[in-house]
Amino acid sequence: MPQSAEKVLDHAPLFREPEYRKMLAEKKLNFECPHQDQVVADQGEFTKTWQYREKNFAREALVINPAKACQPLGAVFAAAGFERTMPFVHGSQGCVAYYRSHLSRHFKEPASAVSSSMTEDAAVFGGLKNMIDGLANTYQLYDPKMIAVSTTCMAEVIGDDLHSFIENAKEEGSVPRDFDVPFAHTPAFVGSHVDGYDGAVKGILEHFWKGQERTEALGTINIIPGFDGFCVGNNRELRRLLDLMGVSYTFIQDASDQFDTPSDGEYRMYDGGTKIQDVRNALNAEATLSLQRYNTRKTLEFCEEAGQVTASFHYPLGVQATDEFLLEVSAISGKEIPEAIRLERGRLVDAMADSQSWLHGKKYAIYGDPDFVYAMARFIMETGGEPTHCLATNGTQAWEGEMKELLASSPFGKEAQVWAGKDLWAMRSLLFTEPVDLLIGNSYGKYLERDTGTPLIRLTFPIFDRHHHHRFALMGYQGGLRVLTSILDKIFDKLDRDTGETGVTDYSYDLTR
Amino acid sequence: MSLEYENDGALHAKLIEEVLSQYPDKAAKRRKKHLNVAKSGDEASREGEVLSECDVKSNIKSIPGVMTIRGCAYAGSKGVVWGPVKDMVHISHGPVGCGQYSWSQRRNYYVGTTGIDTFGTMQFTSDFQEKDIVFGGDKKLEQIIDEIEELFPLNKGITVQSECPIGLIGDDTEAVSRKKAKEIEKTIVPVRCEGFRGVSQSLGHHIANDAIRDWVFEKKDVAFEDGPYDVNVVGDYNIGGDAWASRILLEEIGLRVVGNWSGDATLAEIERAPKAKLNLIHCYRSMNYICRHMEEKYGIAWMEYNFFGPSQIEASLRKIAKHFGPEIQEKTEQVVAKYRPLVDAVIAKYRPRLEGNTVMLYVGGLRPRHVITAYEDLGMVIVGTGYEFAHNDDYQRTAHYVKNGTLIYDDVTGYELEKFIEGVRPNLVGSGIKEKYPVQKMGIPFRQMHSWDYSGPYHGYDGFAVFARDVDLAINNPVWGLFEAPWKRRPSQGRAMAAE
Repeated sequence: MPQSAEKVLDHAPLFREPEYRKMLAEKKLNFECPHQDQVVADQGEFTKTWQYREKNFAREALVINPAKACQPLGAVFAAAGFERTMPFVHGSQGCVAYYRSHLSRHFKEPASAVSSSMTEDAAVFGGLKNMIDGLANTYQLYDPKMIAVSTTCMAEVIGDDLHSFIENAKEEGSVPRDFDVPFAHTPAFVGSHVDGYDGAVKGILEHFWKGQERTEALGTINIIPGFDGFCVGNNRELRRLLDLMGVSYTFIQDASDQFDTPSDGEYRMYDGGTKIQDVRNALNAEATLSLQRYNTRKTLEFCEEAGQVTASFHYPLGVQATDEFLLEVSAISGKEIPEAIRLERGRLVDAMADSQSWLHGKKYAIYGDPDFVYAMARFIMETGGEPTHCLATNGTQAWEGEMKELLASSPFGKEAQVWAGKDLWAMRSLLFTEPVDLLIGNSYGKYLERDTGTPLIRLTFPIFDRHHHHRFALMGYQGGLRVLTSILDKIFDKLDRDTGETGVTDYSYDLTR
Repeated sequence: MSLEYENDGALHAKLIEEVLSQYPDKAAKRRKKHLNVAKSGDEASREGEVLSECDVKSNIKSIPGVMTIRGCAYAGSKGVVWGPVKDMVHISHGPVGCGQYSWSQRRNYYVGTTGIDTFGTMQFTSDFQEKDIVFGGDKKLEQIIDEIEELFPLNKGITVQSECPIGLIGDDTEAVSRKKAKEIEKTIVPVRCEGFRGVSQSLGHHIANDAIRDWVFEKKDVAFEDGPYDVNVVGDYNIGGDAWASRILLEEIGLRVVGNWSGDATLAEIERAPKAKLNLIHCYRSMNYICRHMEEKYGIAWMEYNFFGPSQIEASLRKIAKHFGPEIQEKTEQVVAKYRPLVDAVIAKYRPRLEGNTVMLYVGGLRPRHVITAYEDLGMVIVGTGYEFAHNDDYQRTAHYVKNGTLIYDDVTGYELEKFIEGVRPNLVGSGIKEKYPVQKMGIPFRQMHSWDYSGPYHGYDGFAVFARDVDLAINNPVWGLFEAPWKRRPSQGRAMAAE
């Protein structure tokens, strides 16, 4: 009997015990009708070939292991970045259970959102009644300052009109007339979560800015972070930099406190976020900067229409991307970049110089949202690495073009390939046929690591199987240091593992590296 | 090892009154029917009686805007019933999200070479775009099936798990499935589990069960030599290896588990099910439909059992053995005796550390009742329990388990659960990922009771040891004593306050 009270074995060791191994082998043999081992092994080998890669890339309809989610997830995340705002998703209720779970699994934090719980009758008659009752219940139970409405694909397919529904609900007294209920249509069959983020933020700005008089406050800046699983670390780091510079700024959408509440005995359903009044005032800012272009295309257009200067970045991390961001902030605000920040920059460069021999010429595969992939590819090239495969399932042609331009700007990008719209099963073929040293992505990449042996560095949303990484910044010079260290740790750990066999390879098991 | 205790029914009634007072009238009226205090545990334990003691309204539409914890029919079919069938490819048919959020989250363990002969921890989706909504997705589905055949030729079959838009745009996935099944000579199962159908996951279970009946049974000649002790285990999804920790016991008492539904299952195990002698059903809620069908159509008896905690395991093993007669009964007694020292050692180690601790549960199919005795085996007290998607027959079955005064909540809302927990202040809450962090912020230990909080197995004797360990480590971790900053402590409490 393998189990004992002294040393309790859970699944990881338990099923490796002989009793279970025998049981499972017999189950397979007698009851599963499996393919012959050789057939399985042959097919396994075949999937590693160029021939399989060609079949794999010839796919037109089937998507396998995509690295993207659907629009309303982005809208729910966006809403979480405003003061006492309850995300309200109009449509089927199961979706909301999924968004909440997904966000909680990454942040290890509560994630609140409500659904209008539409079912078959609403599919036939429309969800107006659900909206009327839903807003009333949410308003009364959860005491929000704002309810931000988005939609599931069900409500989109039947064509529910949020604007008129919300007006109707206000007529019915579900919420007070002047209560803020911004909305965004977020069909899951268009774009991805980054577009849902864009739509939701734009919806909120429209709600507060439309018809308002703009009095430009020179030198003030709005910052829109975009969908970012590392918002907890990143937003705080950027605030620190902006404070050091003495810039007058407003974060439009900031979920850093919402997804990082303390444990002190009190459950805070709402915490932090952009104040409603600050959203109103943000209309007057001279400029709005987006940290992630592909998260804010429509929102920035709207800001331009409102008369603001706009600029966008690709998840500014590393040396030059941070430089550019700070220079832009400095140009608009008229504030100098202080010496303290220059020293930070120097420290990052110093660290990169110290470690360059371990990084030079390393090959990487990078996947994630478009802006993240751009940022990582750029930083990797700064370290002398080669971003061999750059993949974004939700990457557009425009992104592909921008990527190619970036890669062409450095000799380290010469061999790089850009894969817009491809999924992680395509990445599997890439890693087998054109292998790399390191894979940068999220938790889903662990299956690629298992199958291809490529070490995975988890640096983007969602990270389910490692804890607390998102609490540390990736953006800015400090963030660059964090990324650098994560990469180096992975390289050194692997080298130690590969050279750790006593009396066989351990001559290279160096104490100092 | 039934524990005798009574809960504070008056407090619970007051808490119900308080939460209801916060709703708009219309919602309060509707929610009132779902909340109750269990009465008279004695009467409740009388076998076979239809009970109303912890009766609440159930399986009714959730109220909009209240933060229900429920999921949808797709979750019930793809996530629960079909998803674990390991040698089939399950297409999440529709937009990308549903498949993405449910990808690899249920922990139904399996053995196989993923991507080659098994496909459990993969996400296959038709990734619907606007043009698919406008022009329909049937052509795309055909092409997807061809591409699956090309890239994953060792698959034993395919299921089409419909997401919301499919039913709304009028796609005919049945026709596509029929046509392509003929072409590729494999099983293809269309499942109409669009998320807007029904009121919760529950209808998805039912639809998935019906799909087994309509699209798998009697579709192929099944060559299989049956035996006198053949059983199917039905409704064990092998979370963290549960079904394996159960199978080992059933084999030890002399039975032959010819199919496990659906954790670690192959299509073959489903196809041959009608040849078994008995269906053993663990999760009654999600798979009773197909058991009833097999009883009617093939005359296979079915029996509910409970493999959580030694009291129930022992009782269940004996009940199962009785069905098969003396030979099995004799072996069963040997098995019970064999594991007794393990059980005694686990209880001796953990009961003193857990005795008297109170627990609130809010889970899905069977666990709000099935795990109760496992806690009681450790000397713990269940003060409240409820289901996401139960039906009336589940609450009837619950009455056998709960004590007088237990707080009962059906389809609880986020607000209610928070207030109940605040009011009761249990020592442990067992619920899901969405509930975990709010509860822990309040300083109350928590275990996820859907996924076993990334641990498991919890079934069987081997699982009970893991369960006991996990409950102990949740409750007795020192972190719960660190919540208050010493400078915020009231003078009477803190030794840190220096004497004047």
